[in-house]
Amino acid sequence: MATSKSRQLDRKKFFGDPLLVVTICVLTVLLALFILYPLSMLLFESVYETKTVTTEAGETVTTARVTGEVFGRVLGMNRFRKAFSNTLVLGFLVGIGSTLLGLLFAYVDVYVDIRSRFVRGLFSVVSQLPVVSPPFVLSLSMILLFGRSGLITRTLLKIYDSNIYGLHGIAVVEILTFFPVCYMMLTGLLKNIDPSLEEASRDMGASRMKVFTSVTLPLLLPGLGNAFLVTFIESVADFANPMMIGGDFDTLATTIYLQVTGGSYDKAGASAMAVILLSLTLVLFLVQKYYLEAKTAQTLTGKASRARMLITDKSVRIPLVILCSAVSVFVLMMYISVFFGSLFKLWGRNYSLVLTHYQYLLKYDGLKAFRDSFVLSAIAAPITALLSMIISYLVVKKKFKMKGFIEFVSMLAMAVPGTVLGIGYIRGFSGGLFRTGILQGIYGTGLILIIVFVVRSLPVGTRSGISALRQIDKSIEESAYDMGAGSGRVFMTVTLPLIKDSFLSGLVTSFVRSITAISAVILLVTPQYLLITCKINEFAEKGKYGEACAYASVLIAMAYIAIVIMNLATHYLGASKSQRLAEREARKYARKKA
Amino acid sequence: MGKEPKGVRLDHISKIYQDPKTHEDFFAVNDVSLDIAPGEFITLLGPSGCGKTTTLRMVAGFESPDEGEIYLGSESINELTPNKRDTAMVFQSYALFPHMNVFENVAYGLKLRKVPAAEIQNRVSNILNLVELSGMELRMTNQLSGGQQQRVALARALVVEPGVLLFDEPLSNLDAKLRVQMRTEIRRIQQRLGITAIYVTHDQSEAMSISDRIIIMRKGIIEQQGSPKEIYYHPVNEFVADFIGECNFLDCKVVSASGNEITVDVNGSCVKVVSDKQRVSGEQGKIVLRPEAIRIESKGDIPCKVELSCFMGSYQYYHVRVGSTLVKINDNCPVNKQVFDVGDTAWLSFDKECGHLL
Repeated sequence: MATSKSRQLDRKKFFGDPLLVVTICVLTVLLALFILYPLSMLLFESVYETKTVTTEAGETVTTARVTGEVFGRVLGMNRFRKAFSNTLVLGFLVGIGSTLLGLLFAYVDVYVDIRSRFVRGLFSVVSQLPVVSPPFVLSLSMILLFGRSGLITRTLLKIYDSNIYGLHGIAVVEILTFFPVCYMMLTGLLKNIDPSLEEASRDMGASRMKVFTSVTLPLLLPGLGNAFLVTFIESVADFANPMMIGGDFDTLATTIYLQVTGGSYDKAGASAMAVILLSLTLVLFLVQKYYLEAKTAQTLTGKASRARMLITDKSVRIPLVILCSAVSVFVLMMYISVFFGSLFKLWGRNYSLVLTHYQYLLKYDGLKAFRDSFVLSAIAAPITALLSMIISYLVVKKKFKMKGFIEFVSMLAMAVPGTVLGIGYIRGFSGGLFRTGILQGIYGTGLILIIVFVVRSLPVGTRSGISALRQIDKSIEESAYDMGAGSGRVFMTVTLPLIKDSFLSGLVTSFVRSITAISAVILLVTPQYLLITCKINEFAEKGKYGEACAYASVLIAMAYIAIVIMNLATHYLGASKSQRLAEREARKYARKKA
Repeated sequence: MGKEPKGVRLDHISKIYQDPKTHEDFFAVNDVSLDIAPGEFITLLGPSGCGKTTTLRMVAGFESPDEGEIYLGSESINELTPNKRDTAMVFQSYALFPHMNVFENVAYGLKLRKVPAAEIQNRVSNILNLVELSGMELRMTNQLSGGQQQRVALARALVVEPGVLLFDEPLSNLDAKLRVQMRTEIRRIQQRLGITAIYVTHDQSEAMSISDRIIIMRKGIIEQQGSPKEIYYHPVNEFVADFIGECNFLDCKVVSASGNEITVDVNGSCVKVVSDKQRVSGEQGKIVLRPEAIRIESKGDIPCKVELSCFMGSYQYYHVRVGSTLVKINDNCPVNKQVFDVGDTAWLSFDKECGHLL
């Protein structure tokens, strides 16, 4: 067919741009090596067994075979079965809970006349918190407030046998951790509903409740499903909270960790469990990404034509606003209690303010942990930000063969629980590539931690980059290309400056995500490096909450400062900066002309 | 300008696309050949989906042809990427770089060509002068009106002195008045620089006013090419006649032919038209009649019934019925003329040069 000629020409043009070709090749190799390879090693090693037998003649014979034995063994384990059902039950509860709470917040935010600026501020703080906060802070403060020596349970209510460890504890903590994600997602969707649809329904005689159940809710349904699945995946993948507050309620993520570290050192078994956990999240992820997201886009595409009449009716407004404010205050209080936890002498017994916990940190590993965490994350962040911008540029603006692969694999990392990735890296790199010793050098170093940080944050950055780039008219880049700029030049002089904000936020998001990460790195970190998150986990396990809180406070402060710096940078480097630069250059030009 | 304009030659170009719904291949551009002389201004005109933009994008290099060769000057550019081609395009959306000011936008291509800074200053200020934007160097593009943005886009393309200038419906985002002003402007600048230009539009009046030659396309093929006059007065088929300007088609039968003057029978009345083609009596045909070429009076050649009579200011607009055919008439400057009302019977006549026999 004649089409082959245009393909041939396209190919020639493509290879006429060596930088593009090299970039794509390098990216493909990196993604395959650091995402696909470790994951496939998991599968491979849990079904492929090598046995070395010494025969009677004294020779050693190595046999290799594919076997379902490991899976059989794992599936037969009581502990595994329990963990599996625990994980599903927890995920379900958390998914439902976060979605409903998120819906409540979103509805109040978009539909109700809140009036008070203080309450608005409260909402925005609550929606920002999960970005700044390490994943397990709420668990920590849950223990501080409601635990055996909890401030509220013991000191205020005089309950001495309170037990928050277990399903209910994790569920509450995870719901409070993840609901802001749903809140943000659903707010975006609700804002897209055209108010005239609801007005039409109201006009035809529907009550406010009827409008909600017959118009708003059906329109929102795919979005709710989407939010549910996103939090379900988050919950299934969560490691830190079940670890800290789970008690003997083990989830898949913690069971895998214990399988490797907890005395049994059963790496094959852990691999098999990891494969099962991965399949679970992967299926959910695929449903969410390719089915529900598309559906959400179908029902809610239009922009709202004009502003919505907010609900001012007191009987609706006041209870809803109070309910949301109460939840927000509660969440805030949990964060604050972590800070105070680092100042009180002994939580639950002696509430005098001291700095001994911080002094303890400085005396022992504190400074090293801060430095290591900071340096490793600070190296990972710009790499992640740049990589994700390059990937999104290629995915949105270029046509090439490996495009589907690059897009899928970089998004795939979103569905991979940290624990699974950690086990994958152990299996994939501890003996070098395919056990050959190649690249073994990176195992146990800071480099592998950086790589894990990058891989874990890549999907977030790429997603934001892709949506930013989709906003940019294709012909802007085409015109630069047409004027004579090659791909690299177009990217550096046109694309990157236009998505600078997305780049900056990717930079900070990946920094914050890295510095607060624990699930994957806890499996890979060696004593050579100390990470704040691992320290918090360690102290919390020992029951030394003062130190844990001190570490957590510093960590939150670091993350928060990074975000403040980003906001300042966006402000000064954003559109206004290019304008100022332009004006300066123009003044120079005018002077020369004169 | 220093550089010689280049000619463009399309040699049997085809482009095949796959229909996203049916997954069937179809020709977006089907065996198009074109020879554009250096300095010529040609317009690709046609309804949406006729392949005009695809053709333009193949010249720019954004799309690759499935068949045929494209030459710029004497060199085949098929295998060149867009950035290596000596073309410059003015986009429908202007595609100005929003993070650069006017000066930086225009200087972008020169910087890529490593032109020394002093010369950049010079050339940019000359070109901004030409598009009447002097003094706007420091504005950001979002501080400009649509027409000004259009001029920046034009300046940015002109300043690199391309071998050929490509326009992709550049005026479609402007309001009607500005569109008229800008098209004269574009024509003036093109004439002054003597640059080769390919212009894509679906607006026939734009095409008429701006081009040396119009290429009318439909469904990927060229229906007719020629000067605006040729195309207006001598369309080769109904599609072209209908696409360029308003048009009436009167069925007729050839009665007799002497030289190029042909007598035809329209609904029982005899009228004379001119045709350069050989006709035999008894042959069926169609007369192409422009609404402004028809006289409507109380006596004439063809009787008709008035169905709509509408005062439009500069002309009186009629719908009349000849037999079963609806005929539209613009009767210009109706001040001192007899105006017919709905239901009246009137008579039509026209000069034989105005009736084009298909």
